[in-house]
Amino acid sequence: MPQLDFANPMVLAQAVWLLVIFGVLYYVLNTYMLPQVASVLEERAGRIAADLDAARGSKSAADAAMAEMQAANLKARAEAQAAIADAVAQANAAAQSRAEALNARLAEQINAAEGRIAASRDAAMSALRGVAVDTTTALVTRLTGRADAAAVDGAVGRVLSARGIG
Amino acid sequence: MAAEGKSIDALSQFELGTVLGPFGASVNFTQSNLHMVIVAGLILALLHYGMRARALVPGRLQSLAETSYEFIHNMVTEQIGDAGKRYFPFVFTLFMFVLFGNMLGLFPYAFTFTSHIAVTFALAAMVFVLITVVALMLHGKKFFGYFFPEGAPLWLAPIIVPVEIISYLSRPISLSIRLFANMVAGHVMLKVFATFIVMLAGLGVAGPFLSLLPLTINVALVGFEVLVAFLQAYVFAILTCIYLHDAVHLH
Repeated sequence: MPQLDFANPMVLAQAVWLLVIFGVLYYVLNTYMLPQVASVLEERAGRIAADLDAARGSKSAADAAMAEMQAANLKARAEAQAAIADAVAQANAAAQSRAEALNARLAEQINAAEGRIAASRDAAMSALRGVAVDTTTALVTRLTGRADAAAVDGAVGRVLSARGIG
Repeated sequence: MAAEGKSIDALSQFELGTVLGPFGASVNFTQSNLHMVIVAGLILALLHYGMRARALVPGRLQSLAETSYEFIHNMVTEQIGDAGKRYFPFVFTLFMFVLFGNMLGLFPYAFTFTSHIAVTFALAAMVFVLITVVALMLHGKKFFGYFFPEGAPLWLAPIIVPVEIISYLSRPISLSIRLFANMVAGHVMLKVFATFIVMLAGLGVAGPFLSLLPLTINVALVGFEVLVAFLQAYVFAILTCIYLHDAVHLH
């Protein structure tokens, strides 16, 4: 196996050359190449981060505008509801006051009518005794030929008061 | 060069020879070293031409350069933590050097310098020296506590300490032999089956058809070797990261 032929000076010489070549490669990569790659990657990462930040900013602005619109919407709706409720309450109040006025007038008319009815009844009731006395006197006179006015009057008064009238 | 005569010569592909005429001969600059230079040039070319555009949306070559950068960067930070960023350039150089060396070796007429134990051991020795120096610089004398885990009963020390020392010292050996053996085995197999193709093709009328069999195997082997080339570079890099983790954190 040629690799294990360490008597051959070339076998170890290639390892020495390896150290030289590897060292130069390491130096060039470390000093020039890798920082360049790193800077490009950093630049891209920075750019992406900035873009993401901008997008996030736009999103929060849009969210704020959305929230504002919703709030305005809610406010308008509440105002409209209040206006409707107000109008309904006013209409209700007006209707109620009109109904009350009507009720009051009707009650007044009823009262007046009832008063008139009571007055007519009282008048009729007060006339009843006179009519009853007259009728009784006429009846008694026809039957007996005479009539004791005081007795008739008392009898009629007794009967009437027994019936709860007069 | 494959089947001169009727013998299988699978090992001559590993033989070294000087290049660059008398200059190369005087300093023992072999074709192995020439391929190292080519590999270094390819790595630098990839990063130089890949990153030249500095594009925000990378093209193909830039993607390749950035992917290899981030692949090793993630490996280093995941294995070692934030302290590992210092060692990233070393691990990156190591990974790319081994990967490109393995890959370049798969091309016809190319030489695979990772199939030389002297080369892989030199790489592993670099790693070993690095992890030992890092551990000594970061932890001083406490580094020697690494060979005796805390909390172990003291009477076990005569057993544990030698075992730990041997396992520590065997790191560069296992690291170098793993890569060396994988590359040698793969290339020997390729050469053996390639020789079969030539030998069978010479067997009269049926020969060319028979030789399709080892050809098929070789096609599959090349694909397999690409996988091995990447995997061994990855293993080399990740073991380096794990050793560096031990050096930085002492368990």
